[in-house]
Amino acid sequence: MKQRSRYPFYLAIFLLIAAGIALAVTRHVQLGIPWLAGEQKPVWMVEARIDFEASGEEVLVSLNVPDNPPGFRVLSQQAASPGYGFSLIEDSGDLRAEWSIRQAEGSQTLYFNVQLTPDGSTDGEIITVPPEPEEVFWEEPQATAVAEVLERAAAKSASPESMTRELIKLMQSSEPDQNISLLLNNNPYVTLVQRMLNQAGIPARVADGLKLEDARRLQPLRPFLQIHNGERWLTFHPETGQQGLPDDVLLWRQDADSLLDVMGGEDSQISFSMLQQTVPALQLATREGSGNGLGFLSLYELPIEEQGMFRMLLLLPLGALVVAFMRIIIGIRTSGTFMPVLIAVAFVQTSLIPGLVAFLSVVTVGLLMRGYLSSLNLLLVARISALIILVIAITTGISIIGYQMGFNTGMTVTFFPMVILAWTIERMSILWEEDGAREVLTQGFGSLFVAVLAYLLMDAPLASHLTFNFPELHLVTFGLVLLMGQYTGYKLSELRRFSPVRDFS
Amino acid sequence: MSAWISPFRLRKAGILGMNERNVSYIARYNDRRSYPLVDDKLKTKLLAEEFDIKTPRLRQVVRQQHEISHFSDMAVDLEGFAIKPSKGSGGKGITVIQRREGDQYVKASGAHLTLGYLERHLSNILAGLYSLGGTPDVAIVEDLVRPTALLSKFSFQGVPDIRIVVFQGYPVMAMLRLSTRASDGKANLHQGAVGVGLDIGSGHALNAVQFNRQILLHPDTGLPVSDIRIDDWDTMLVMAARCYEATGLGYIGVDLVLDEVEGPLLLELNARPGLAIQMANGKGLLPRLRNIESLKRPHFTPEKRAAYSMTTFGA
Repeated sequence: MKQRSRYPFYLAIFLLIAAGIALAVTRHVQLGIPWLAGEQKPVWMVEARIDFEASGEEVLVSLNVPDNPPGFRVLSQQAASPGYGFSLIEDSGDLRAEWSIRQAEGSQTLYFNVQLTPDGSTDGEIITVPPEPEEVFWEEPQATAVAEVLERAAAKSASPESMTRELIKLMQSSEPDQNISLLLNNNPYVTLVQRMLNQAGIPARVADGLKLEDARRLQPLRPFLQIHNGERWLTFHPETGQQGLPDDVLLWRQDADSLLDVMGGEDSQISFSMLQQTVPALQLATREGSGNGLGFLSLYELPIEEQGMFRMLLLLPLGALVVAFMRIIIGIRTSGTFMPVLIAVAFVQTSLIPGLVAFLSVVTVGLLMRGYLSSLNLLLVARISALIILVIAITTGISIIGYQMGFNTGMTVTFFPMVILAWTIERMSILWEEDGAREVLTQGFGSLFVAVLAYLLMDAPLASHLTFNFPELHLVTFGLVLLMGQYTGYKLSELRRFSPVRDFS
Repeated sequence: MSAWISPFRLRKAGILGMNERNVSYIARYNDRRSYPLVDDKLKTKLLAEEFDIKTPRLRQVVRQQHEISHFSDMAVDLEGFAIKPSKGSGGKGITVIQRREGDQYVKASGAHLTLGYLERHLSNILAGLYSLGGTPDVAIVEDLVRPTALLSKFSFQGVPDIRIVVFQGYPVMAMLRLSTRASDGKANLHQGAVGVGLDIGSGHALNAVQFNRQILLHPDTGLPVSDIRIDDWDTMLVMAARCYEATGLGYIGVDLVLDEVEGPLLLELNARPGLAIQMANGKGLLPRLRNIESLKRPHFTPEKRAAYSMTTFGA
């Protein structure tokens, strides 16, 4: 007879499960969707304030704004500037905010807001084509001094990084020799070091950083030194020579020549203020998730109402998994294969105890009434229809009585699927007549037990979080169910049922 | 006696579990397309006729609600009969009328039923109350089976029937089911009927269980079950083996009865036979199933297969 090899099947299952987990991990990494429901993430709101005196003509203000700053991800950017036209302009890899107005006079204030969240990446992007060092021109006697200092630093270093560190150390020494004093007295320090590095053949530039501290106002930008080591831009503290960017420093300006250009105004000033907020990580992921990469797999794009429905629907596979496990591996008998899942769904909406009470009372009253119906000898379809009407009457009764007695929970009985309840009552009643009360209790409690287990699983916050935010994890559920479909071992209940086997000869 | 047993010991005893039965035998050897042949008693009956397998005589088929009124016309001629839902399962919806008392119909249990009750019962059957999935059904009315005195004395009411599991045409295990007071005259083991394992080689009783516990005497009749011998055993095995040709199903349960006048009759077929037969026999099914699976040259006639089983699996 037909018997195929099982290996392709197990391989397929393995691939399914692996794909589900891999997809979930990818989306977690790429979109930052958190594994746990309550996770919080810090968000920095940084505000740049530009003040200047307009001279009564047309005004054009251009501000460099952070674009892919190392260590941070930009969530949103917006400007507040009454009367001004505003646009964000990308100009040869340099992102600038531009305000313009036909005519302005007197003191003007413009605001630019950016929201950022820290991400793990501290390294800059790898640039395959390294930039050329700038051509630098020195006057004598500075040229000789520079050459001498660079020679000393080069003698102690082997790479662009160590060269930079050595140079900063020399320039910062507590007893500078006359060459260094000469240079320091005639040049601003950071620009001097940048130019000297370029002179030494190392591409270097000055970047502006902002130290992020909660609830600070009027913060200035601080210069940081960046050199290119042939692969990427590295950041150095210009005074200490420490390599790498501190976690709390945002590089506002990296490769732009100027920070702020104001045309048609004077006395321009820029200052920064900042605020830290914590936002649920999930909210963050949903806000930015749609556009990039695997974001299209998310359900966040759907209207809220449908999202709510999917929240429920995506829990159902878990219930089905529980039923499959309880029936195949444990061997609990239930009345109606997936009736427990439907009851569990109702429990999720009613919460457990009120749900149990409501369910038991409806079924009990229903069974009593079904006893009377059975003595009427109705046709089956008519009897089920009558039962449906009775079930609705019972639920209405329970709701009203419950409400009058002050229990709002009585109302929740309406969440139970009426037709399913009617069929359950009908089946139980026939089971009672044919197999006796014992079987009714076995199957009834079996169903309830499985329903409660499914409810406990589906009601766990983690479960609803994972199923809704990582629907691809259901590939794992799917794989598990398929695996169980191949289980040929004994059920737990059979170990009891077949226990007399020990007496076999 | 502890209530649990280790799975390794079960495996060693060759006990077939439900999951393994479903995956490795029913799903593999039973073609879904053939299921209606066994799930529908009317189809089984007609099929059995084609293959010269005797069944209780069909008296009437009630297909439509309006045909129910003709039921009484037919029933006047019959002393005893059985009403069955054609697609019923597990013996549900079967009403057996032993005799008549005036215009009352008397069940095996002695309960008196009116014509109206039977007509409502027929209408329930047509509506699909007892059928799988609640689909509309037809009711069949058959002659009452009158079991041989030898067997009926062992049974409390009800008709003792013989269940033979047939694997790829080979009868592999058999048991006799005796109804008891606890089972309310029904022959379902889980309701308390007695299961008597039968030796495939001879048709003699091997072992008996009720509610999964070994017993020696029938709880109601008090007779020692080990005395049971089935007549016409060879014929029954051949009949059972022939059901393989008739249905094409590789793993079936064949339910037979031994009628006083007609001899062995086929009652029904089951594409998902239960596992309690192992308890009744005190033996596991797996070694026998594996024996058949490993046969290099299967036997082509039911007679040869029955003979092979009798020599191979006989005690």
